[in-house]
Amino acid sequence: MKLIVGQGSCGVAAGAVKVYKALEEEIKNSSADIELGTTGCIGSCYLEPIVDFIDDAGEKTTFVTVDGEKAKEIVKDIVAGKAKENECIIGDEDVEAMAKQKRISLRNCGIINPENIDEYIEAGGYKAIERCIKEMTPEEVIEEVKVSGLRGRGGAGFPTWFKFNAARQSPGDVKYLVCNADEGDPGAFMDRSIIEGDPHALIEGMIVAGYAIGASEGIIYVRAEYPLAIKRLNIAMAQAREKGYLGADLFGEGKFNFDLRIKAGAGAFVCGEETALLESLEGNRGMPRPKPPFPAQKGYWGKPTNINNVETFANIPFILANGGEAFAAVGTEDSKGTKLFALAGKIKKGGLVEVPMGMTIREIIFGIGGGIANDKKFKAVQMGGPSGGCIPAEFLDTPIDYKSIQETGAIMGSGGMVVMDETTCMVDMAKFFLDFTCKESCGKCTPCREGTKRMLEMLERITEGKGEPGDIEKLIDLGEFIKTTSLCGLGQTAPNPVLTTIKYFRDEYEAHINDKKCPAKQCKELLTYTIDPEKCTGCTICARNCPASAITGTLKETHKINQDLCIKCGKCYEVCRFGAVAVE
Amino acid sequence: MVTITMNGKEIKAEKGKTILECARENNIYIPTLCYDETLSIYGGCRLCVVEVEGARNLVASCTTEATEGMVIQTESEKVVKARKNVIDLLLSNHPIDCLTCEKAGNCDLQDVAYRYGVREPSYIGEVIEYAVDDANPVIARDPNKCILCGKCVRVCDEIQVTHAIDFVDRGFGATVGTPFNEPISYEICRLCGQCVSVCPTGALTNRQFEGTRPWEVEKVTTTCSLCGVGCTYDLNVKDGRVVGVTPKPDSIVNGSSLCVKGRFHTDFAYSPDRITTPLIKKDGEFVEASWDEALDFIAEKLNKIKAEDGPDAIAGLSSARCTNEENYLFQKMMKAAIGTNNVDHCART
Ligand SMILES: Cc1cc2nc3c(=O)[nH]c(=O)nc-3n(C[C@H](O)[C@H](O)[C@H](O)COP(=O)(O)O)c2cc1C
Ligand code: SF4
Ligand code: SF4
Repeated sequence: MKLIVGQGSCGVAAGAVKVYKALEEEIKNSSADIELGTTGCIGSCYLEPIVDFIDDAGEKTTFVTVDGEKAKEIVKDIVAGKAKENECIIGDEDVEAMAKQKRISLRNCGIINPENIDEYIEAGGYKAIERCIKEMTPEEVIEEVKVSGLRGRGGAGFPTWFKFNAARQSPGDVKYLVCNADEGDPGAFMDRSIIEGDPHALIEGMIVAGYAIGASEGIIYVRAEYPLAIKRLNIAMAQAREKGYLGADLFGEGKFNFDLRIKAGAGAFVCGEETALLESLEGNRGMPRPKPPFPAQKGYWGKPTNINNVETFANIPFILANGGEAFAAVGTEDSKGTKLFALAGKIKKGGLVEVPMGMTIREIIFGIGGGIANDKKFKAVQMGGPSGGCIPAEFLDTPIDYKSIQETGAIMGSGGMVVMDETTCMVDMAKFFLDFTCKESCGKCTPCREGTKRMLEMLERITEGKGEPGDIEKLIDLGEFIKTTSLCGLGQTAPNPVLTTIKYFRDEYEAHINDKKCPAKQCKELLTYTIDPEKCTGCTICARNCPASAITGTLKETHKINQDLCIKCGKCYEVCRFGAVAVE
Repeated sequence: MVTITMNGKEIKAEKGKTILECARENNIYIPTLCYDETLSIYGGCRLCVVEVEGARNLVASCTTEATEGMVIQTESEKVVKARKNVIDLLLSNHPIDCLTCEKAGNCDLQDVAYRYGVREPSYIGEVIEYAVDDANPVIARDPNKCILCGKCVRVCDEIQVTHAIDFVDRGFGATVGTPFNEPISYEICRLCGQCVSVCPTGALTNRQFEGTRPWEVEKVTTTCSLCGVGCTYDLNVKDGRVVGVTPKPDSIVNGSSLCVKGRFHTDFAYSPDRITTPLIKKDGEFVEASWDEALDFIAEKLNKIKAEDGPDAIAGLSSARCTNEENYLFQKMMKAAIGTNNVDHCART
């Protein structure tokens, strides 16, 4: 019998360490013969802390939203033989949501112990690299990746085999392999979950890639804000080295040496851009280099270098172990395999999902994510983070594939999905993302450095009721200019959230500019709070709660808001029990 | 060789050349602010964008290699609009004080604004505000006029190999500065002023030129007399008086490079302490003499010593402040005229 506690960052944040300790204690107290283990994130972050129970017959029972007390109950119930009756058992709906997913890059996450290489090996790990080195030439490995149809998961969706091949063909004795684990999109945690939950998948993927391109050194560039990921990678690398999967002469075939090291990045979004990442790796300020030359021609220290994303690498062992065809069997014509998404925003079941390409956005948000929180109305979903765009309700049935998503004006991106409901102001949302890119611009080129700032200022004015006719056209004009003239992908995509919201929600912009109104009632400066004399009972609660002392009125008298003093905090609206406060 | 078409004209270019290089070789104008042929390619200002048929975006001509069959427009409507936008954005975050700016008439930003008719900035918003740094007697630094072209950073790193300055902070707040924004360290900075000479705007200026308009000076090319390297530069002369030095990029010996002495020490010419005639000591006092008098005096003494004690009783030590040619002549005189090998140079060790 075994109990396994999910201890990814999400689980830990929800209290998994306490749960683990409580289980440990209770197992000891009841002297039950139960083994205790750890695993990574299974993806259902909204259900953390999650505990899996594997009985002697190998059957799994999942307990969710466990805490210290409930953990003890679980042990007691198991000992009493009535585990199935425990109140924390996962609901059917959540089991179903899980069943709709297809797990390739997350195949071991939430199942094996990421700190134990034997569990990875038992799950079929390190078979792919063994096959490569013993049976295949690097060219054959590249061919297998080509058959799989795998495209880069870091954002641009470039065919992975093509990049492998370019680095392989590039002349030079010394070549480098780099893993981009910078993951700077706000709200994205796909790569972190893979590393925390299955670090060996990344390591094996990198060894295969190193073999394919002819590199003997790999570097994992991971943001320093991911301490748990770094810790588990270090453990995994040490174990792999001990078992001979890293180091000199792998599998004793006299063919291939390969080792890895970690470089912790200081957390700048732009350092996820591959050439800025290379600058940072070389110890310089992370500013993008002009391309070409591409990294495959002149990368790290001027040597041919291949850079891939964590999720891209995590798919590689599956492809080499099961064949490219097996991977290509999943997905659509132009987009093969699965894609990870970090579901966030106004959604019931936030977390990490892995779905086959081709699934519709509707199925992900409603079928897996459970729909909109508080049963509000779906308005739009922002895909691709600050570089992406928003997709409105009329495109909910768009299938997840590179081409279809791009046609909406958004991008597949690395997998951020921020769901918005009717209470989200689209101008405000665009402002949020632009504020991010504006701050994260490296400052090297004029359009991005100066242009995003001016766009942001225009949006600020619009949301403060200072917008002017013509502002929308100015935003489009400047946005298009920034997109077409910026040096790197950051600037070339930064205007997207603004441009797509203008495209689909122009009326909201117009309402802000012409009527000085925010239809979603989010832009503070555009709101007016009033008290309806018909409904006001004069209970004084609003006046007592107003931080600006803007409300006058005595007990049992109609209260009134002094608009000059009102700071539009909405406190009166929240506290009035009679619905007498109106907001316009 | 590759064949490309630029503004409808067919051009043959050496393989590996950028679009910008091809254009300049063919006298086709493309404006730049961050490009300098002696420095690494940067691609930051985006002023040099051109339209290339089939390309999704406008391309920066300074970073893009001209490849076979490329069809390029350097001054199309789209290109001009983008350039105006670049200039507009730069001016929107720049003091509009050209009337009193020391750099006026010599400023690349002013030139391109004039060329593309950008009279005034159109974007309203925050404008950077930094303190003007005038602590240094020869270099004035006004970060508000910096357009972040990075030339000063590159020249300091790549030509001077000093790397005393670099970018600090990100995005709109990015500036050129020192580590931890400490005052510049003269342990590291050699005060060579290379940064001043590459700066396209009034952000870095030579204070010796304060009060002098660029069109008021006559440039007189000369060789620096401060050491044996023999750098060529231009003396800038206003009303018969040397104001300061500017580099002469086609100098064979030094290109645009100059050291702190060459660039900033022409003022010694007007020093009241300067000795302008020979002095001969008479009765324990130095007394002014003519050159003939002084040379006769020296010749007579040398001849006397040589006659009485032989040439090896004489030794010569020359100065690092002499030119190469002067040093050569000096050793020649010692060996041929005096007849001794006792000759040395103060910078030998
Ligand atoms: C501003 C910016 C940020 C980026 N951030 C990331 C990142 O955090 N992780 C990542 O894998 N790729 C990121 N990319 C994409 C990389 O430049 C690169 O395309 C990718 O790592 C290639 O890997 P792939 O082919 O496996 O997708 C970013 C690109 C830009 C322009
Ligand atoms: S687009 Fe932005 S992030 Fe990219 S090089 Fe230019 S300033 Fe830097
Ligand atoms: S100080 Fe001058 S040379 Fe240096 S980055 Fe600014 S504008 Fe360019």
